[in-house]
Amino acid sequence: MASVIEHISDETNRENVYKTKELNLWYGENHALKNINLDINENEVTAIIGPSGCGKSTYIKTLNRMIELIPGVKTSGEISYRGRNILDRSYKVEDLRTKVGMVFQKPNPFPKSIYENVVYGPKIHGIRDKKILDEIVEKSLKGAAIWDEVKDRLNQNAYGLSGGQQQRLCIARCLAIEPDVILMDEPTSALDPISTLKVEELVQELKQNFSIIIVTHNMQQAARISDKTAFFLSGEVIEFNLTNKIFSTPSDKRTEDYITGRFG
Amino acid sequence: MAIREKYNTELKELQNKLTELGHFSIDALEKAVIALESQNVDLALKIMEEDTKANILEEEINDAAMLLIAKQQPVAIDLRRVIVAIKIATDIERIADFAVNIAKSTIRIGNEPLIKPIVHIKKMYDLNRDMLRLSIESYNEEDLDKAKRVSKMDDEVDSLYGETIKELLQINLEKPEFRSQITQLSFICRYLERSADHMTNIAEHVFYMVKGKRYDLNT
Repeated sequence: MASVIEHISDETNRENVYKTKELNLWYGENHALKNINLDINENEVTAIIGPSGCGKSTYIKTLNRMIELIPGVKTSGEISYRGRNILDRSYKVEDLRTKVGMVFQKPNPFPKSIYENVVYGPKIHGIRDKKILDEIVEKSLKGAAIWDEVKDRLNQNAYGLSGGQQQRLCIARCLAIEPDVILMDEPTSALDPISTLKVEELVQELKQNFSIIIVTHNMQQAARISDKTAFFLSGEVIEFNLTNKIFSTPSDKRTEDYITGRFG
Repeated sequence: MAIREKYNTELKELQNKLTELGHFSIDALEKAVIALESQNVDLALKIMEEDTKANILEEEINDAAMLLIAKQQPVAIDLRRVIVAIKIATDIERIADFAVNIAKSTIRIGNEPLIKPIVHIKKMYDLNRDMLRLSIESYNEEDLDKAKRVSKMDDEVDSLYGETIKELLQINLEKPEFRSQITQLSFICRYLERSADHMTNIAEHVFYMVKGKRYDLNT
C-alpha cells in the first residue's frame, strides 16, 4: 500500500506570481545561476535553501532587480512577474518595487520614529493626508504583529526597539506600500529563538494576503514555515517540491545529504 | 498570535486521526462480538474486509507524525506527544486485528449451536470498549486519572478471562464433542484479554508522555 507521503501532490490551483524560465546569471566570469526554472505561486511561502554561495540570495535579488546594483552582472532568460518579463529593460524598476517588498537579514529601520518608518514609503508615493497615514500605520503594524507592543510610543525612535521588534517593524514598513510579494533574505538570522518564532508565525499569517519568498540558512525554518522548498546548489536548482516531500522523502541524493547535515 | 500554532494545528490533526482509528477499532470489536453472538458469518467476513481501513489509518498517523517531526522539530513534551501517538496507533491497530481474529473464529464455529450464551465474552467486550474510550481520552486530555482507570479495568478483564477459561475447560470435560468450538471460544477470550493489555499499554504511553518517565501498569 502506498503511503500518504508518496501521494503528496500539488493540488492547489493557485496562480503563479513569478515564472522563471532558463535564467542564467554571471558575475563577470562567474556563472552564478544556471538554467533556473522555478514557478512561484501566490499566497504560498516558498523557501529557498542551500549552502553558502549556492546562488539563493542572488536569485531572490533578481526578483526585485536589486541585482542590477552590482557591477558586471549579466543575465539571460526570463523572469515574468504577473505575466510580464521584469528583466526587460522597459519594465520600470520603481513599478516593480512597489509590488515587491523586501526584508533583509539585519533589521534596518531608518533612524526615525516608529511612525515615520512606516509612512516612509506611502509618503514617497504622495500620500500626505494625516488620517490616511495614521490608518496605514495602524494597519501595517497590526499586520506585522507589533502594534500592541508599540502603539503607545509611535513617536519614539525605532532604534530603541529590540532586534526582533525592529525586524517586525521592517516587515510593517514593507506592508505599508501594500505589496503583492514579500521577499525575505534570512529575516531571522540575527534574531533570538523567540523573536524568530514570532516572525515565523507572522509569515504564516501574511501568506493569506501576500506571496512570500524566503531565503534561509536554517533548514528547520524552511521546514516549519514553507509550502514549497527549492534546494539550490552551485547555482542550480537541484530539487523544487512541496516542503512535505522535500523534508520527508526528497528525490535527489544531494538534497537528502544537505538537509540531513551531511554537507554544507 | 500563538507561538507554534502550526505545530499545535498539526498535532491536533494527528490526534483526530488517532481518535478516528480508536473509534474504528472499537466498532470492529463490537461488530465481531455481535457476529459471534448471532453466528453471522457474513458480518464476520465484512469485518475482515474492512480491516484494511485500520491499516491505512495507522499508516496515515505514522506519516503525519513523521512530517511533524521533520518539519516542526518538536522537543521535550512536544516530542513525546508525537512519539507516543505513533506507539498508540500501533496498539489500536492491533485491537482491530483482534476483531478480525474473533471474526475468523466465528467463521470456524459456523452454524454449530453455541454451547452456552456468551455472557462473559460480552462483559469483556464492554470493558474493552470503555477502556479504549478512556485511554484515547486520557491521551487527548493528558489525563492520568483516566489512564489509571484503564489499568484498573484491565484487572477486571483478566479475572473474567481466568473464570471463563476455567468454565470452558470444565465444559470440555463434559462435552468433548464440542472441543473445536470450545477451543475457538477460548481463543476469543484470549483475544479480548490481549486487546485489553494493549489499552493498558496506551495508558502507560500516556503516563510516559505526561511525566517523561516509564511506568509498568500491566502488572
